[in-house]
Amino acid sequence: MAGARREILYSEAISEALVQAMEADPKVFIMGAGVDDPKGIFGSTLGPYKAFGAERVLDVPLSENAIAGVGVGAALSGMRPVIVHARDDFLLLTMDQLVNNGAKWRYMSGGQLCVPLTVRAVIGRGWGQAAQHSQSLHALFAHVPGLKVVMPTTPADVKGLTIASIQDENPVIILEHRWLYGRKGHVPAEPYSIPLGKGAIAREGSDVTVVAFSLMAEDALEAASLLEEEGIGIEVIDLRTVRPWDEEIVFQSAAKTGRLLVLDGGWQSFGVSAEIAARAGEELWGSLKAPPRRVALPDTPTPCSPVLEAAYYPGPEDIATAVRELLQGGEPKVLGKGDEKESTAAAPGVSDPKFQGPF
Amino acid sequence: MGQGTKGGASVPREKFIGFYREMYLIRKVEEKIIEVYPEQEIRCPTHLSIGQEAAAVGVCQALNDGDHVYSTHRCHSHYLAKGGDLRAMIAELYGRSNGCSKGKGGSMHLVDAKVGMMGASAIVGGTIPLAAGSALSFQMEGKKNAGVAFFGDGASEQGVFYESMLFASLRKLPVIFACENNFYATYSSFTARQPTDNIFEKAKMCGMEGVKVDGNDVLEVYAAAREAVARARGGGGPTLIESITYRWRDHVGPNYDIEVGYRSQKELDEWVERCPIERLASLMRDEGVAQEKELKEVRDQVEEKIEEAFEHARNSPFPEVAEMHEDIY
Repeated sequence: MAGARREILYSEAISEALVQAMEADPKVFIMGAGVDDPKGIFGSTLGPYKAFGAERVLDVPLSENAIAGVGVGAALSGMRPVIVHARDDFLLLTMDQLVNNGAKWRYMSGGQLCVPLTVRAVIGRGWGQAAQHSQSLHALFAHVPGLKVVMPTTPADVKGLTIASIQDENPVIILEHRWLYGRKGHVPAEPYSIPLGKGAIAREGSDVTVVAFSLMAEDALEAASLLEEEGIGIEVIDLRTVRPWDEEIVFQSAAKTGRLLVLDGGWQSFGVSAEIAARAGEELWGSLKAPPRRVALPDTPTPCSPVLEAAYYPGPEDIATAVRELLQGGEPKVLGKGDEKESTAAAPGVSDPKFQGPF
Repeated sequence: MGQGTKGGASVPREKFIGFYREMYLIRKVEEKIIEVYPEQEIRCPTHLSIGQEAAAVGVCQALNDGDHVYSTHRCHSHYLAKGGDLRAMIAELYGRSNGCSKGKGGSMHLVDAKVGMMGASAIVGGTIPLAAGSALSFQMEGKKNAGVAFFGDGASEQGVFYESMLFASLRKLPVIFACENNFYATYSSFTARQPTDNIFEKAKMCGMEGVKVDGNDVLEVYAAAREAVARARGGGGPTLIESITYRWRDHVGPNYDIEVGYRSQKELDEWVERCPIERLASLMRDEGVAQEKELKEVRDQVEEKIEEAFEHARNSPFPEVAEMHEDIY
C-alpha cells in the first residue's frame, strides 16, 4: 500500500488527530490563545482551523483560569473541549479550575456528571527559554486524583493518544515537548486511538530497564546506541501516559533485568521518577539487583545562559553514565551542588541545529 | 383572583404561590437543619441561606430544567429553587449512600443534573466560568437555554469573575451572573473589601448589561431574571444581576453570630423586618392574591414533605467504604 509508511511531523500528527476527532464528533471543539493565528500553536491547530474555521476553533482572551472553567462547564454540558496552551507554564494559571473543579466534579457529583475535557500544553526548552517558558509540570497534575496526564514521544503515539484523550470521559492533560514537534515518523492516516495508561517497549534489552517518557524517551534510545557499542543492552520503556502509569510493563521488565533507571524531564525531588522508583522498591524488592536510580532535572529553576542551560538538562551521555554505574553497583546519587556537568557555550541548546531563534 | 404587577412583570397567581412555596421550603428545610444539627448526625459544614431565599427563587423561577445552574458553598437555596430532589439533598447532608452525590459531596456540593442543578463549588468564584461554559455549549449547539452562576459579593473580588464576564460578553453567551450581595465575606464587611458600592456596574466595563435589585423582593428579582433570561435566549448576551440581600445566621453553621462582634443586633433586626417570605405573604394577602388559609395549606404541605425527607435520610444506609474509590474516573 502506497501510504503504508507515510511519515509526518509530530505537529502534523497532532493536527491530524484533532481534525479526525472533530470530524468524528461534532461536540469536539478547540479553544486557546492564538489557535487561529497564522502559526497555529507551532502548526498543531492549523489543520483544524482550516477544516472547521472559527466556529469550532476559538481564539480566546488571555484569561487562562476562566477559559479552563469554561472548558469544564462545556464538558459538563456534554461537549468535548480541547484547550491549547503554547507553554506548560501557563497551566499554573488554570490550576484552580483544573484541580478544584475539573478533577473533582465527577466525584463530588457522585458520578452524575463527568468532565470530558482535554488540555494540551507545550513544554519549552532551549535558546534561553529560562525559568517560565520551560517547565515540565507533569508531576503537579499527576499528583491529583481525577486528572490523567499524557506525554507522547513519537508522532504515531501523539496522534493515537490525542484521539484517545478527547474520547475519554475525564479531564486529560497532554504535555507535548516542543523539541518533538519537528520529529518525523510513520503515522497511519486513518483515525485510531491508543489506550491511556499503556506504556510501550521502545527497545528491548536485558541488562537494565530504563523508564522514560516524552523527550527523554528519545534520549534513552540514543543512550541505548552508545551502550550497545559497549555490549550493554538496555530495555527502554516509553510510559506514554504518566497518570495512570503502566505499572505492569515496568515491573515485568524490571523483574527481568533486575535493574531500574527512571528518567524524568521534570525536577528530581517529589516527582514522577520518585513515585516510580518508590513503587518499584515496594513491589520488586526481592528481584532487584541494585537500588533503582534516577536521572532528572536538578532542583533549580531553568537558567538562561547557554552554558548553564546545557549543564541543566541531562542527555544521552548522562543516561549512559547512570546505566554503567547501575551495572557496577555504585551508590545512587541525588543531584546537588557540585554535581554540575562540564559545559560550554558551544553546546547546541536547540532541537534543530538550523534553529537560530528567537522562539 | 388578581395578578401582581410589581417590578414591571405581570405575574399569574400560580406563580405567586410557587414563589411562596419555594421560599418557605428553603426556610423550613434550613430551620429543620438548625433543629437537628446538635444531634451531630449532619456532620458537614452547612452554610445557611435563611434571609436570602428570594434571591434564589426569583432567578430560578425564570428558568426551566434545561437551563444550567451552578452554585457556591451556600447552595441549599439554589438546589431547592432549581427543583433539586429534597430527599436526595437531606440524605446527602446525613452522608448516606442515596444522597445526591452518594455521600461524597455534602452540603457544599449539592447536585441534581436531571433538573439542571449542575453542582456547587466551595471555592469562592469557582463556578462562575462553569456557567459560561454551559452557555457556550448551548450557543454552539443552538439550544435556547441559559447558564446561571450564583455567587456572593466576595466572588466579585476574584479575577475569574471579570475574566468570565469578559469572555461571556465578547461571545454574547447566554449566561446570567447572579450575585447575591449579603455584605459579608465570612466576617469581613463589604466596605472593608471594596472601594465602591457598585458590583452591578462591573458589567458595564465588560460591555454587558448589569442591574441591581432588592434581593429580598422576590418579584423584583424575578422581573430582572426574566428579562435576563429573555436576553440570553434571544441571543442578546449575558447579564449581571446584583441582588441586595442579607444572611441572618452565621457564615457557617446553625447559629446566630452577633456575639462574634462583626455586626450589630440592630442591623440584623432591620433585615429580619425585611423578611422576603413575610413580605410576599403580606403582599398576597393585601392584594387578595391568596388568603391566609391557602398559605397555611402550602406551609403544611411543605412541612410534611420536609419531615418525611429527614425521616427517610435517617433511615438510609451509609455508603460502603469501598465506594470511596468509585466515581473518580
